[in-house]
Amino acid sequence: MELRRSDIILSRLAAGPSILLLFVWMVVPLAMTIYFSFLNYNLLEPGMEQWTGLLNYEFFFTDPAFGKALLNTLVMVGMIIILSVILGLLTAVLLNQDFWGRGITRVLAISPFFIMPTVSALLWKNMLMHPVSGFFAWLFDLVNLEPIDWLADFPLGSIIMMITWQWVPFAALILLTSLQSLDESQVEAAKIDGAGPIRMFLYITVPHLMRSVVVVILIESIFLLTIFAEIFVTTGGGPGLETTNIAFLVYSQALLQFDVGGAAAGGVVAVILANIVAVFLMRMIGKNLD
Amino acid sequence: MANKKNYQKTLFTCTGWFVSLLLFFPIFWMIHTSFKTELDAFSMPPRFFFFDATLENYGIVQERSNYFHFALNSVILSFGSTLLGLLIAIPAAWAMAFRPSKRTRGTLMWILSTKMMPPVGVLVPLYLIFRDFKLLDTRIGLTIILMLINLPIIVWMLYTYFKEVPHPLLEAARLDGANLWQEIRHVLVPITFGGIASTFLLSVIFAWNEAFWTLNLTASDAAPLTAFIASYSSPEGLFWAKLSAASTMAVAPILIFGWFSQRQLVQGMTFGAVK
Repeated sequence: MELRRSDIILSRLAAGPSILLLFVWMVVPLAMTIYFSFLNYNLLEPGMEQWTGLLNYEFFFTDPAFGKALLNTLVMVGMIIILSVILGLLTAVLLNQDFWGRGITRVLAISPFFIMPTVSALLWKNMLMHPVSGFFAWLFDLVNLEPIDWLADFPLGSIIMMITWQWVPFAALILLTSLQSLDESQVEAAKIDGAGPIRMFLYITVPHLMRSVVVVILIESIFLLTIFAEIFVTTGGGPGLETTNIAFLVYSQALLQFDVGGAAAGGVVAVILANIVAVFLMRMIGKNLD
Repeated sequence: MANKKNYQKTLFTCTGWFVSLLLFFPIFWMIHTSFKTELDAFSMPPRFFFFDATLENYGIVQERSNYFHFALNSVILSFGSTLLGLLIAIPAAWAMAFRPSKRTRGTLMWILSTKMMPPVGVLVPLYLIFRDFKLLDTRIGLTIILMLINLPIIVWMLYTYFKEVPHPLLEAARLDGANLWQEIRHVLVPITFGGIASTFLLSVIFAWNEAFWTLNLTASDAAPLTAFIASYSSPEGLFWAKLSAASTMAVAPILIFGWFSQRQLVQGMTFGAVK
């Protein structure tokens, strides 16, 4: 299609507001954060700001909490994605079968996706995982097992379990949509060729779903890299540093220790990390955009 | 053969219901607990059927903090930011889908990558900006933030829907003398209405549940339901029944909204992955 000059101007005008807004949204606070990261800036000592060069970064990187938080972030994002994709796929395949009450089960199964993170965290922490009066404690009691103090004994695992519950429905939703667009004639042909259900699943369904799986991974990592509310409400990053991720580490530095400079340095590091992950993901998804 | 079919269907019915009820159980348990007395909420073994059903928890929660004030803020913020976002994103997605340049793909990638910026990284500067512009705890300030947060997803989703529209359709409208506004309003929007609706739904859900900026940039006037529920997270003894009632109130509107729009949501949530 030939582009006229007026067309080019028009399309710039149309795309302009979005791009400009996002640019300002990204650049202005980021520039301020970078500036703060070179200052000795504590909210408890107003007016004492001083240029300190890379000192904040040095503190942040040499803080043993940094390595731990980085590891926790990667473990959380990785585990939750793997679990939610596998469980979501199984759920989607199941809900795609023909059975009685399928419509209602779909509505029930996707419900966790609508629950706000703070509510789900409070709900899991108290009513389900409470070591004495929680529902899980009762289940363990039923089978004569010693109840587990989930958030104290398996803090990271508990958080992963809780957040996976929120994201399984999302993965199932997208994969279900994709399953419904599976070409019936292809399935029929494979059936006639004598392919069993497992072979059909592996050679027809799974390849068809790959694009959707990539999309699920992309969207989930965007949200999971910045998990905050669930940790804030349940463990507060503890015990020790067991459930501190990068987002929570920066938060505790900024708002609990009032160290704006240090938090800003952490923020810059977090942004750089996010961009490294983004580059990988963008390569993956890039093919999907065409 | 018919027998085997029936057997299979029964099997799928059982597993299907089992898995769905399992996923739904925590929510059921929350609603269930909200109708118990505090004593029953705590009892071990848990009481499934024989408890004194009561509505008093809801009354107490409402007395403690005016639910409707928070709910109204949630509605205004999530719908306002979504509508604003769509208004800005539709022309952008149109330009990228129908007037692509060499840089379009890179721009799209960059737009999405802004979403990966960890909010904590920019909390302090944004807080200071908000303070200086007197935007702290205002609906307008928070609407803008939520719009910016969802804008990348909105642009991206719309782009994938718009790309499916054949170019000649829009060209025809253009030849008939339609200007850009008419082209978008009368041709593009009606054709891609389903996709726009799903984008709208998803953005409302994300905005409703956003719990970082809404907690950090509000105090009372503009505080939505996320703040309403956060006030129950402080350890002031264990009042599970009241906590459950407050939680149920906080999620009920969006849960019902989600249930009713589920079909539309499912159809639209492909993010361009389904051809």
